[in-house]
Amino acid sequence: MNMQTTSRQTAAESALIEAFGAQVGELPGNGAVISARDRLVQDLKLNGLPTRRVEAWHYTDLKTLIRNIPAAEPVAVIAAPAVLVDGAPVIVTNQGIADDKVSVDGVLVASFATMLAEGTAAPGLSIIDRDDTIGKINGAFVRDGFVLEFPAGSVIDQPIEIQALHGAGQVHTRFPVSFGAGSKATVIERHMSVSQGEAFVSSVTDISLEDGADVTWIVLQQQGVSDTHLGQMRVRIGSNAKLRLYVINAGGRLVRQELRIDVAGEGSDLQIRGVNLLGGDTHTDVTLVLGHNVPNTTSTEIFRNVVFDRARGVFQGMIKVALDAQKTDARMACNTLLMSDEAEFSAKPELEIFADDVQCGHGATVADIDANHLYYLMARGVPRNKARAMLVNAFVAEIVEELEDEALVDALEAIISSWLEKHA
Amino acid sequence: MLEIKNLHARIAEDGTEIIRGLNLTVKAGEVAAIMGPNGSGKSTLSYILSGREDYEVTEGEILYNGESILDLDPAERASKGIFLAFQYPVEIPGVATMQFLKVAMNEQRKARGEPELTTPDFIRRVKEAAAELKINPDMLKRPLNVGFSGGEKKRAEILQMALLEPKLCVLDETDSGLDIDALKIVADGVNALRSPDRAVIVITHYQRLLDYIVPDTVHVLYKGQIIRTGDKSLALDLEANGYADIIGEAA
Repeated sequence: MNMQTTSRQTAAESALIEAFGAQVGELPGNGAVISARDRLVQDLKLNGLPTRRVEAWHYTDLKTLIRNIPAAEPVAVIAAPAVLVDGAPVIVTNQGIADDKVSVDGVLVASFATMLAEGTAAPGLSIIDRDDTIGKINGAFVRDGFVLEFPAGSVIDQPIEIQALHGAGQVHTRFPVSFGAGSKATVIERHMSVSQGEAFVSSVTDISLEDGADVTWIVLQQQGVSDTHLGQMRVRIGSNAKLRLYVINAGGRLVRQELRIDVAGEGSDLQIRGVNLLGGDTHTDVTLVLGHNVPNTTSTEIFRNVVFDRARGVFQGMIKVALDAQKTDARMACNTLLMSDEAEFSAKPELEIFADDVQCGHGATVADIDANHLYYLMARGVPRNKARAMLVNAFVAEIVEELEDEALVDALEAIISSWLEKHA
Repeated sequence: MLEIKNLHARIAEDGTEIIRGLNLTVKAGEVAAIMGPNGSGKSTLSYILSGREDYEVTEGEILYNGESILDLDPAERASKGIFLAFQYPVEIPGVATMQFLKVAMNEQRKARGEPELTTPDFIRRVKEAAAELKINPDMLKRPLNVGFSGGEKKRAEILQMALLEPKLCVLDETDSGLDIDALKIVADGVNALRSPDRAVIVITHYQRLLDYIVPDTVHVLYKGQIIRTGDKSLALDLEANGYADIIGEAA
């Protein structure tokens, strides 16, 4: 037998394993859930956190980047921030625990802790593949979250805002969401730190769109300057369904946001839009694995990144077109503005195409602000710094402006502007 | 108002000299037309006046109200009242036209130590000026110049000029790409701004625009120099006989 010595555990790995030992007695779940958690922790113990030698984690060496796991902190009373769109329904998790009194008209809302206790959550605690570190950590530690069910044919006009709020400590949430056939809704999944202390956050959102559903989903990540945020979206899109998926990163010290998407129904359309606002001494990785698995589907993916200071950004975008997924039309673009000499961005677009009658393309650019645009604004009396700020803002605002809901566009643009004002 | 003395300027990137000893004086209240064949340096002159950084002045002086402006950047020149209506206004996706207008107007006011406009006052001014220029209000809801037709872009330039109320207006081939109706609207817009304390420089290929914006002086630019100065009859003469004779005499 070829014995391989397991590399020594890092302090963070040991802390993670110990945290599980300390918490396991109070984590919700029936027997099936507990054994699922045990398997995931055993896997973490055996394989550790991924290093750059694991291809999926090549640009985000978690073993090195996670230096510490902060101690778990009890739930505190957290003042909720203003809702993005006035009057829109809000549901809140506080330090990872769902507020069980919430309700949203026309939507079935339950706590994920209930699913864990009853064991119906157990099958979902599986990992997607052996490199699914986020699935492992979240599956082992998840305490709560919301289960949302949009009945077939339901139309919810106002955007529903999920506020995942926390202070320092450990936060592990999960949001399984199903959109019934022909339903239509907009959901904002907003992760937000409300303290300066360090938090270690994992969150898995598992959404399925049944036939003809029409969904806008916005992940808005506004974690604190010391926080680690490990986010994952698992998405399945049914026939003739339409998904606009926005990922906006505007916070965190170490961020990995994975998008694992299965385009599973003919005639469906997927629009992914990403905005990464990166500054300070941070590391942010957006990794997309998109499978076009049936014929006649379309997708576009556009990411806009603005990188200040010594921040590092990563985009990995893999589009896989299955053998029988003929007439797939998939287009991916990743555009970056580097705002300092020490800022870094790595883009790795990949296409894996097995069908022969498809249209696929990708492009990645890294640039500075367009000198002609800057000159034009200045020629109208806008001072250089202000003109630059307007153009950086425009570079990302253009993406947000594709949304139909004007109140939501205004709210997101305000978040982008205030972030840029702080960092520019 | 404007005195250009023995100006030499080149393209910064490759050192090609475009302006070669140009002299020009424009007084307050005057409308000066600058005409000349392709490649004579007309657009370059307008860029240099506005402070575009792609060009370097190697010799000579540009005095605006008696002060050199060579060390000022485009924004500083603009807030001092110099305005260039571009031949090809750029499209800037993501910058809303109204937001841009408001920022430009208020930044200029701030630079001059004037109070900023209130939002209702700003909106009223834009609406009035847009109506004068027959600009569809929907156009102003779009990002700056994005999807505007050639004529709409030119009208948007004149709208900006009317709102910013500059002292020295430079119009770079504002007539190109305009049909006769649009040309009249644009010319009316410019004429409305004529005043004893304001100067206008109209750069054009053709006499046509000068039928509507009647110049006080006409200057012929060739190979980076003004080779002939006259009154409006010079423009008519050029229209009838072309540049060949004048160029021949100058050579």
